[in-house]
Amino acid sequence: MDFRIIRAPALQQALRPNIWDIVALILVIGAMVLIVYGGEQTTLPLSSLDVAPVSLDPIHLPFYALRTTMRMLLAIICSTIFTFVYAALAAKSRRAEMVLIPLLDILQSVPILGFLTFTVVFFMNLFPGNVLGAELACVFAIFTSQAWNMTFSMYQSMRNVPKDLEEATQSFHLSGWQRFWRLDVPFAMPGLIWNAMMSMSGGWFFVVASEAITVGNTTVTLPGVGSYVALAIEKQNLTAIGYALLTMLLVIIAYDQLLFRPIVAWADKFRFEQTASGDPPTSWMLDLFRRTRALRALTLPFAALNRTFSNLRINWPAKPRPETKSGPPSRLLDAIWFLLIAVGTGYAALRAYQYLSASLGLSDVMLAIGYGLLTLLRVAVLIALATLIWVPVGVWIGLRPKLAERIQPLAQFLAAFPANLAFPVFVSLIVHYGLNPNVWLSPLMILGTQWYILFNVIAGASAFPTDLREAASSLHLEGWRWWMKVVLPGIFPYYITGAITASGGSWNASIVAEVASWGNTHLTAAGLGAYIAKATEAGDFPRVVLGISVMCVLVTLFNRLLWRPLYAFGERRLRLG
Amino acid sequence: MLDQPNKTNLIDIHGVCRSFPKGSGEALLVLENVDLTIQSGEIVGLLGRSGSGKSTLLRIIAGLISPSSGAAKCRGEAIQGPPNGVAMVFQSFALFPWLTVLQNVELGLEALGIDSAERRQRAIAAIDLIGLDGFESAYPKELSGGMRQRVGFARALVVHPDLLLMDEPFSALDVLTAETLRTDLVDLWIEGRLPIKSVLMVTHNIEEAVLMCDRVLVFSSNPGRVAAEYKIDLTHPRNRHDPAFRQLVDTLYARMTQRAEPKTQPAGHVPGAGVGMVLDHVSSNVLSGLIEALAAPPYNGHADLPVLAGQLQLEADEILHLGEALQLLRFAHLSEGDLVLTDAGKRFAHLETDARKKMFAQHLIDYVPVMGLIKRVLDERPSHTAPAARFRNELEDYMSEDYADETLKTIVSWGRYAELFAYDEQSETFSLENPN
Repeated sequence: MDFRIIRAPALQQALRPNIWDIVALILVIGAMVLIVYGGEQTTLPLSSLDVAPVSLDPIHLPFYALRTTMRMLLAIICSTIFTFVYAALAAKSRRAEMVLIPLLDILQSVPILGFLTFTVVFFMNLFPGNVLGAELACVFAIFTSQAWNMTFSMYQSMRNVPKDLEEATQSFHLSGWQRFWRLDVPFAMPGLIWNAMMSMSGGWFFVVASEAITVGNTTVTLPGVGSYVALAIEKQNLTAIGYALLTMLLVIIAYDQLLFRPIVAWADKFRFEQTASGDPPTSWMLDLFRRTRALRALTLPFAALNRTFSNLRINWPAKPRPETKSGPPSRLLDAIWFLLIAVGTGYAALRAYQYLSASLGLSDVMLAIGYGLLTLLRVAVLIALATLIWVPVGVWIGLRPKLAERIQPLAQFLAAFPANLAFPVFVSLIVHYGLNPNVWLSPLMILGTQWYILFNVIAGASAFPTDLREAASSLHLEGWRWWMKVVLPGIFPYYITGAITASGGSWNASIVAEVASWGNTHLTAAGLGAYIAKATEAGDFPRVVLGISVMCVLVTLFNRLLWRPLYAFGERRLRLG
Repeated sequence: MLDQPNKTNLIDIHGVCRSFPKGSGEALLVLENVDLTIQSGEIVGLLGRSGSGKSTLLRIIAGLISPSSGAAKCRGEAIQGPPNGVAMVFQSFALFPWLTVLQNVELGLEALGIDSAERRQRAIAAIDLIGLDGFESAYPKELSGGMRQRVGFARALVVHPDLLLMDEPFSALDVLTAETLRTDLVDLWIEGRLPIKSVLMVTHNIEEAVLMCDRVLVFSSNPGRVAAEYKIDLTHPRNRHDPAFRQLVDTLYARMTQRAEPKTQPAGHVPGAGVGMVLDHVSSNVLSGLIEALAAPPYNGHADLPVLAGQLQLEADEILHLGEALQLLRFAHLSEGDLVLTDAGKRFAHLETDARKKMFAQHLIDYVPVMGLIKRVLDERPSHTAPAARFRNELEDYMSEDYADETLKTIVSWGRYAELFAYDEQSETFSLENPN
C-alpha cells in the first residue's frame, strides 16, 4: 500500500500573497469596519434619534443605506438559524411535526406588517429608552418576511433525503449531529439559498416599510432609506425620493453581486445531480476569492473549525425515524400530546375571544370581512390584469434567448426593488390630478410584485423545448390555437409559481398601498389593508388583531381553494421533462 | 454445524423472518425462516428475483433494519444497528455529490473519530488500491459510472471491514464497465490485497454470481426463502466459456425458473380468489415482440433462456419477468430454463393487430382474475364506471401499497391495449366507454 501524504492544494503554494489578496482584503476589512460602525449606532439611547433626526441631505444617504443593509443582514442570519432549528425539529420529531408544520403554514399567510404592530411595542418595552428595541422590532419584521418559506424548503428537503445516502450515513456510523451537517444541510442547501434570495427580495420592501412606523403613541423613525423617504413624503420633496431610489438601486446591485452571486456559485456543488449539466453559475467575486492565496490560507482554520464542529460527537436523535424500531409509536404518549395541544388551543381561543369580544361586536367582524372582500377583489383583478399584460410579453421575451438573457436579471431586480419607495411618485400624480383613490391606489399593490409573474414566465418560455416549438410550426399551429395548445400549457407551472408569489406579495402590500399620503394630503382606499393600517396608527389592537385574522383566513382560503389545486394540476400534468 | 458456537462465523443468521406492513395494515412476509452463516475468507452470493427478499436480508446484516423474528448475529453478538467491521457498497453508489472523491472516502473514518493525518493516509491508500489515483479532488458528477462505483468501493474498504456487503454493485453500470470492475475486484481478492475477510453480495445476474462467488444461495420469491445452495469450486480467474461454468449457469437458470407456486400471497380466509396476484408491469409491445422473436427462427417456438437473454441483451431477472408474464397469459411456459411457446402463442404471432388485441383481451379475462373482476364490475354497474380505489383496496388486502400501485399500472396498461376498458388518470376511474 502507498503511504504517500498529500497536502491541501492551498498549502502547497505557500503563503505568498498575490494581487487578488489585496483587493479581497480591502473588501473584507471595509465590510468589517462598516459593520462595527453601523453596530455602534444601534446601541445609542433613543433620544439620540431626536438629536440627530433624519435629514433629507443626500450626503447622509450612504449612511442610511448602510443601516438598512445591516438590518437585512441581521434578519437573514436570524432566519437561517431559525430555519435550521425549526426545520430539524419538525423533520426529526413526529409529534413536533404535527404542530409545527400547520403553524408554519398559517404564519406564512399572516401579513408581515401585522407582526410589526405587536412587536414594536414588545421590543420597545424590552429595551426601554434604547434604539436597540426599535432596531430589533424592525429586524423582526424582516425576519417574519423571510423565515417561513426558508423553513418550509429546508423541512421538505430533509424529508426527501435520498434513501441510499441515508443508509450510507447509518452504515458508516455517522452520529445524528454529523448526519445533520453532512447530509441534511448540504442536501437542503440549493433550495434554501433560492428561497433565501426570494426572501431577500421581499425583505427590502418590509425593511423600508418598518423603519418609519407609528403604533398608537409610539413613533419610531430609525435612520435608514425608508425613513428618509417617509420624510421626503412629508416635505413633498420629489428630488429626495429620486436620490433614495438611486441609492436603493445601488444597494441591491451590490448585495446581489457581493453576497448572493458568490453564494449561488459556491452552492452549485450541492445540487443533487449525478451528472454535470448546463452552465454552472459564476461570480466574479467568488473567482476573486478563489484566486487569492494568503486569504484562502487564512480561511483554512475556519474550515478546520467547521469540520470539528460538524464532527462533534453529539448524539441527539440517535436514529431519526428509525425503521429498526419495532412496534407502533406509543398510543398513550400520543394521547397525552393531543390532549396538551387541545388544551393549549382551547385556552388560546378563549383568551382571544375574551380580548376581542370586550371591545368588538359582530358588526365589526362583518365590516372587516366586507373590507377583506374588497381587497380580495382588488388582488384578483390586479393579478388578472398583470397576467394579461406580462404573460404575452414574457413569452415574447422568453422565446428570444439573447433578449431573455438581458431582460431576465432586470425583471428579477425589479421584483427585489422595494416598490414602496416609488409609491410617492404615483401618489403625487393622483393628488395632482385629483384621481379616485379607490381605483388608482390599487395598482400600487402590484407595483412591486407583478415582476414575479414576468420573470417566471420568461423562465418558462426559455425552458420551452425547441422540438415542441418546431413540431408546432410544422403542424401549422398558429394564432389562438398556438397559445392555447402549445405555449400556455408549457409555461403554466412557471406562471403559477410566479402568480402565487405575486398574489401573496400584493396582500402584504395592501397595508401600505391602500393608505397613502403626500405632504398633508391623505388618501385612503376602502379595503382591509387600510383598515389594518388605520387601526395600527391609532393603536387599536383589537381591530388590528381582527383585521389580521380576517386577512389571514382569506389568504389561506385563496391559497387552498385556488392556487394549490392549480399548482398541483400544473405539476402533475403540464410539467415538461 | 449451525448450532456450534463457532467463533470463526462472521455472520450467523438463524430462522430470520421479516415482514412489512401492508396497505391494509396487516403484515406482508418478505423473508421466511432464513438461515445463513458466513465465515472468513469466502465470497457468498445471494441470487434471486426482485422481491425475493435478498436485499432485505442484506440490510438486516448491515443493521439497517431488524428482523421480525429469528436471530441475526455478527461475531456472536446480536446485530443492533450497523455493526462495527461491516461496510456496504450500494447499487446507486450513494456518494455525496457535494464531497470530493477524497472527502467521500474519508467520511467513514471521520465518523469513527480517526485523526486527520491517519485519515488522509488511509484514504489515499484505498484510493490507490482501487485505481482512482489522480481523481482525489474530483466531484462524483465529474466521474463516469464505473469510476463512481470505485469510489463506493474505496469508501467501504477504507474502514478495513471484516465483511463487505455489496447490494447489486454492478447492476447500474454498462456491460463493459461492470466486467472490468468485477475482474479488478476478483484479482485484488485473489492476491489478498483487499483489507477485508469476507464478501456478501446480492445479485440477480447469474453469470456474475458464478464468476465471483464461492457459494451461491438461490432465493425463491414471496415470501423469500433459501431455495437452494450451490458451492462453486472453479478456480479463479474463471472463464465464462468453460463448459463447467456454462453448466453451472444453466443449472442456476433452471433452479430460478423452477417455481411451482404461483406468485400470490397466501390468500388466507379468502380461498382461491386469485385477485391478489402481483402483476409486474411489462409493456404489451414487449410481450408481442418477444412472442414474435420466439416464433421465428432460430428458436421456432423453443428457446434456452441464457441464450435468449444473451441475444436480447437482457438480464436474467428481466427475461424471467417477461417469461412469467407470457406464462401467466398462457402464451408460453417456462420449464428447466427454457421458454416454450404454447399453441395460443404461436397463433398470436401470426395475427394482425386487431385480432391480437381480441385474443389478448380474451386471455386477460380468462387467466388474470383481477381483469375479469374489473370487467364484471363495469358490466354490472348501470353507469359502467368504477373508481380505481375500489380495486386498489382489494389489492391491498393481499399486497403492499407499492405492489398494488405496480399491479394497478399493469392492469391499466394491459386493459387499454386490449381495449377492455378505458381509464381516466385525472379522476382515477375505469369505464367502458372508449373515446371514439
